[in-house]
Amino acid sequence: MDGVHDMGGMDGFGKVEPEPNEPVFHQRWEGRVLAMSRALGVFRAWTIDTSRYAIEKMTPSFYLGRSYYEKWFERNQSLLIERGLIDADEVKAGHALRPGKKYDRGPFTLADVDRVTKRGSFYRPAQGPARFKIGDRVRTKNIHPQSHTRLPRYARGHVGVIERIHGTHAFPDSVTIGKGDDPQWLYTVKFDAQELWGADADPKLKVSIEAFEPYLEHA
Amino acid sequence: MDLRVRALETILVDKGYIESAALDRIVELYETKIGPHIGAQIIAKAWSDPAFCRSLLEDASKAAGTLAEVARVGEHLIAVENTAQVHNMVVCTLCSCYPTDVLGLPPTWYKSFAYRSRAVKDPRSVLADFGVALPAETEIRVWDSTAETRYIVVPMRPAGTDGWSEAQLAALITRDCMIGAGVPKKPSEVA
Repeated sequence: MDGVHDMGGMDGFGKVEPEPNEPVFHQRWEGRVLAMSRALGVFRAWTIDTSRYAIEKMTPSFYLGRSYYEKWFERNQSLLIERGLIDADEVKAGHALRPGKKYDRGPFTLADVDRVTKRGSFYRPAQGPARFKIGDRVRTKNIHPQSHTRLPRYARGHVGVIERIHGTHAFPDSVTIGKGDDPQWLYTVKFDAQELWGADADPKLKVSIEAFEPYLEHA
Repeated sequence: MDLRVRALETILVDKGYIESAALDRIVELYETKIGPHIGAQIIAKAWSDPAFCRSLLEDASKAAGTLAEVARVGEHLIAVENTAQVHNMVVCTLCSCYPTDVLGLPPTWYKSFAYRSRAVKDPRSVLADFGVALPAETEIRVWDSTAETRYIVVPMRPAGTDGWSEAQLAALITRDCMIGAGVPKKPSEVA
């Protein structure tokens, strides 16, 4: 979706302000939200792509106005309600009003922590051979799906070069519309900044995206 | 927020989905165990051992996994090397994708709208916000993490560090320089 989350190239957000000696969490609750997000992942009630899409669907004013972990919290709570794992009246009450659903993968205990603090694999078996090889010139498609995609707006309809091939991965665009992993070849596609931003762009700048094969055609 | 977060945790515990002790452990891991010191160990090793550096650039997940102290590095990690000609910089314009296994949780600036919007269009001005000025002839290469691959930058080893141990070198390697938003400290800064 062409949402406000897709920020590459937007102007007006000001300076980047690094915080010296920044703590990992600024408030206790931020750590709890992060930990809950990781824990809930093991229930497979949603995938990483579904959870990203849930944040993208927030209204622009909410997205821009709330902190990172506030958005995570709202995402978690609404997905939990949407999947029937908790109910809205329980949120209102501040405690459970009925027993939880039985989950063969739960409950999430200390023994499960190691599984969620090391990245898993997104490799999936290939459905066919790779269409592109390193060095190929490709054009990204001009697509504007209403649903989730990982092709950023600034990189649509532009010509770049295949620089790396990463094997076949779960395809976020399919996962989020319920079509399963639909594994696709994943490539690093490198663009000249002037191709993306025009003649005034930095001539010594190159930008790459990680592009799934359905985003690309031969140039 | 604190009250709302506590309420949600209570509901999830009441319903038998999670144990609070497990959440405590996750918070503790990110506060004390999983952080940029892991990346710094990997980079210090790469600076010290050319064969390791080659394996790291070939397959960073695999290479990092061979180091006993950082063996918990997961899939899809890719290391990119800075040279006198090319400076690499990592961003996630769409959300906040970050090499967490080796750098811990991302700092606020990495997730900020300012960084996400400007890094792919005007990275030199972003570097200026960090007080870093590269020669105009240096190519800047920005990696937008739009899939599940995760990038770590291998910065250039500072001059004047011949014969330094990996532990000494690691002290020069900041989180920001492994994202490409900074450069390593100079030997004089840690002496």
